[in-house]
Amino acid sequence: MSTLPQMNSPLRPPLKPARANTLRRSLVNHLVTGLSILATVLVVAPLIAILVYLLYKGASSLNLAFFTHIPAPVAEPGGGMANSIVGSGIILLLASSMGIPVGIAAGVYLSEFGGGRFLAHAIRFTADVLNGVPSIVMGISIYSLIVMQQKHFSALAGGVALGIMMIPTVTRSTEEMLATVPHAVREAALGLGVPKWRTAISVTLRTASPGIITGCMLAFARVAGETAPLLFTAFGNQFWSFKLSEPIAALPLQIYVYAISPYDEWHRLAWAGSLVLIVMIMVSVTLVRVYASRGVLKGGN
Amino acid sequence: MGVGIQVEHLNAWYGSTHTLQDINLHIPANHATALIGPSGCGKSTFVRCLNRMHETNPIARAEGVVKMGDIDVYKDASPVEIRRRVGMVFQRPNPFPTMSIYDNVVSGLKLNGFRNRRVLDETVERSLRQAALWEEVKDDLKKKSGASLSGGQQQRMCIARALAVDPEVLLMDEPASALDPVSTSKIEDLIFQLKSQYTIVIVTHNMQQAARVAENTGFFLNGKLVEFDSTHKIFTNPRDKRTEDYITGRFG
Repeated sequence: MSTLPQMNSPLRPPLKPARANTLRRSLVNHLVTGLSILATVLVVAPLIAILVYLLYKGASSLNLAFFTHIPAPVAEPGGGMANSIVGSGIILLLASSMGIPVGIAAGVYLSEFGGGRFLAHAIRFTADVLNGVPSIVMGISIYSLIVMQQKHFSALAGGVALGIMMIPTVTRSTEEMLATVPHAVREAALGLGVPKWRTAISVTLRTASPGIITGCMLAFARVAGETAPLLFTAFGNQFWSFKLSEPIAALPLQIYVYAISPYDEWHRLAWAGSLVLIVMIMVSVTLVRVYASRGVLKGGN
Repeated sequence: MGVGIQVEHLNAWYGSTHTLQDINLHIPANHATALIGPSGCGKSTFVRCLNRMHETNPIARAEGVVKMGDIDVYKDASPVEIRRRVGMVFQRPNPFPTMSIYDNVVSGLKLNGFRNRRVLDETVERSLRQAALWEEVKDDLKKKSGASLSGGQQQRMCIARALAVDPEVLLMDEPASALDPVSTSKIEDLIFQLKSQYTIVIVTHNMQQAARVAENTGFFLNGKLVEFDSTHKIFTNPRDKRTEDYITGRFG
């Protein structure tokens, strides 16, 4: 720094004494670092607070029966949420198997094939609007589209409702992630005589896969805790059910039912259910990310 | 073996800009041909027209006749077929970042559905040896990502990748412009060795490089081919005044 030539020009005043500059810069540096740390704490604090509070309220009601038993009848002690845990798993599996492929395919279309076409603009706009549709409205829509037609609540209807809610998040994050893949990578594949569709799937999509997986997990985590769309679709069930055509239990629904009940025992179970729900979301997201990042080689630069 | 390329009345546009104007030339088989000229003169566009990469840009368009051997590039074949016969090396090394060195080299085969393990193994070794990279990477083929190599190694890997599909023509768009002098001289040695088996077209900003590696040189200016002749003739006794001005550094 001090070896810079000192030129006396009206446009460039002589450099100030080095020490004053250094002090100011170091102060600003510390200030910005401090603000960034503060922001990080503000982001992480609510999550930790929620987890700690859930542990405090719910952990004491967790026992083996919670994971193996179905809800006990009113006024009987004990019981668990085994059917809700399995039910949530089934609904989320259904939702993911519908929402993720459709969402990714739409994202690939937008980024790789849509260009400036009218259809691409229409899809992008629709996805953004769909993203803003309140979840209760999604529930009512699926209620009238599927439940009313079939004349009964079903796991399938719940899966469809959540699956549709996943689509916009998956689509837009896929599109964004594909846009970050350098054009040179696509050209490399095209230049080797690889057809465009194959380039999009095997090269571009694969290069962007870590980000796309994150997007899918965001969508998954978002719908995993949804209650409103399930009220009119999956409906809930106090007993075991594995049929897609029948009402099925789900953790958020069971938590909702127990939380608004007048019984202390049920309140405690609702807390335990909330704890299980949030831990299950965290575990499944972590598992998928760890599993998906295996086998993908990372570039040195 | 390489094939010769005959170009007749080639015109190309980007949107409304007429970037190539009536180009006619013959690129002989199994020789290196250099294309020189100032930035924006159309030489990159020209090589991208030879393997129909030009048209991957939605606003770009090309007209005219390009014959590779007896195949009319714009009439007899799809762009995908042409690009399998014409390898291309780009200005900046562009490895597939998620693939190992091995997968990068045979990506052209694998992505086109070729899966024979033994042939893939042989192709990797042959192409990496041709690209003078085998000794440096043979122990990390499947362990390291292609993007973890140095810039010069990446570019040689990209050359190996282009050679792995056994092309007849190799197009190189300023292949050494992003590299240091040592890597550059390695690439030039490579071109020297490869031109006995492939027809090589190399775009370069570096006139010494053209003089070192190419038998023939073409000079482009403002979308036109000003002069095309043996490299020796172009650099010692050019016919056109503009060529002389350019190679003596009077402009450009």
